[in-house]
Amino acid sequence: MLNQATGTPPDPVVTLRDVHKSFGPLKVLEGVSFEVPRGTVTAIIGRSGSGKSTALRCIDRFETIDRGEIRVCGHRVDAPGLDLRRLRQDVGIVFQSYNLFPHLTIEQNITLAPTAVKGMPRAEARALAAEVLAQVGLGDKLQAYPEQLSGGQQQRAAIARSLAMRPKVMLFDEVTSALDPELTGEVLKVIEVLAASGMTMVMVTHEMGFARGIADEVVFMHRGRVHERGPAAMLEAPTTPELRQFVGSGL
Amino acid sequence: MALTLDFSAVLERWPSFLDGALLTLELAGIATVVGGALGGVAAIGRRSRHAALRRLCEVYVEAIRNTPLLVQIFLVYFGLASLGFKFSAVTVAALALTINVGAYTTEIVRAGLDAIPRGQIEAAEGLALSRAQIYRHVVLLPAIERVYPALTSQFVLLMLASSVTSQISAEELTAVANYIQSDTYRAFETYIVVALVYVALSFLMRAGFWTLGLVLFPRRRRLGTPL
Repeated sequence: MLNQATGTPPDPVVTLRDVHKSFGPLKVLEGVSFEVPRGTVTAIIGRSGSGKSTALRCIDRFETIDRGEIRVCGHRVDAPGLDLRRLRQDVGIVFQSYNLFPHLTIEQNITLAPTAVKGMPRAEARALAAEVLAQVGLGDKLQAYPEQLSGGQQQRAAIARSLAMRPKVMLFDEVTSALDPELTGEVLKVIEVLAASGMTMVMVTHEMGFARGIADEVVFMHRGRVHERGPAAMLEAPTTPELRQFVGSGL
Repeated sequence: MALTLDFSAVLERWPSFLDGALLTLELAGIATVVGGALGGVAAIGRRSRHAALRRLCEVYVEAIRNTPLLVQIFLVYFGLASLGFKFSAVTVAALALTINVGAYTTEIVRAGLDAIPRGQIEAAEGLALSRAQIYRHVVLLPAIERVYPALTSQFVLLMLASSVTSQISAEELTAVANYIQSDTYRAFETYIVVALVYVALSFLMRAGFWTLGLVLFPRRRRLGTPL
């Protein structure tokens, strides 16, 4: 990902610099730094409580940080004057628990934000819904309600809902953790295709094999810090005992 | 002790009963619509970021929930009069009932709002919806759906409680009954008829709310799980 002319990496889409965050007396992030270049996939791994989900949520300002700097698509996320809704138009986020709106059809779930936030005409939004749903393999579920879908289908619909806002970066917060193993694959497949299409992505995941296969960079978090960081190949040969132990326990 | 009932004199007055029943329905309708809206707004107010607004809504709810309806009616009636306002008994009755049911609606809707999972709101925030849009599209309808049975029975209760406004001579069903029984000397018969009319009105309202539920919650209609 080097710029041919200057030999420097292109402007990263997401940059965290020395990010600190506490919940009361509990220090969750203690100086987290990493960046995500355009068109790459970063996987954040680590034990429960290592701060990986919090780090991800800080990127979309679902948590406010105590100290440090976060830049996302040109937004200073830590600045008091941040235009939160502009930031969130540029960032798509998918959660562990899908969070589809239960009273709306899948189509309405998807058209809501483009029509309400961007003022997109209804007909155009419906066409867009059909398009993104086809992209996640749910082209026939436009008129279904969330409760009529399996967990894997709901999560794919949630991904489609985010994609309909045409985000510049997608965040995935343990999106397969609530799924049965046999449903995990269909969701990972969708994410894989998305990665291949050049979408910039940051994902918190417990799926080591998946992280190894898809991530350009792996960020291993331990006790609120980035303990190790490098290409996915580092999972094959962990240098620190903490990562070795984590990878060992995960397999 | 032979009980002899003679309804003829009472039933002859059916046009008066009809007028009374219509006014009762009108009072209930106004209070349901306006009080329901008031309660919805106050429920959102109770969750506001502004402490003063939260407090105001709380005081309103507690003031109403801890005083009898009849006293509230008198307070509005004499309060407006001593401020120099001249309103008809019916207007005062509608106002008092609206204020009353608004407070109960506030508490019921608030329970529904509190039951919306945090994740729903985060998902909507993540899609860049504004606070108002989140309330409108994501929170309000599912919240009302959750408490719909409680909400609608509160409105039916209100219709029944509107009989109390006969005390300020609003000519609703119970007030009409009071006149008829003193005219005909057939008190028991009169109140039997009135009780049956109230039952009919309750059924009518419940049927109305059931139908409204089908319109408001199309998912339940589609999935065959009506409220």
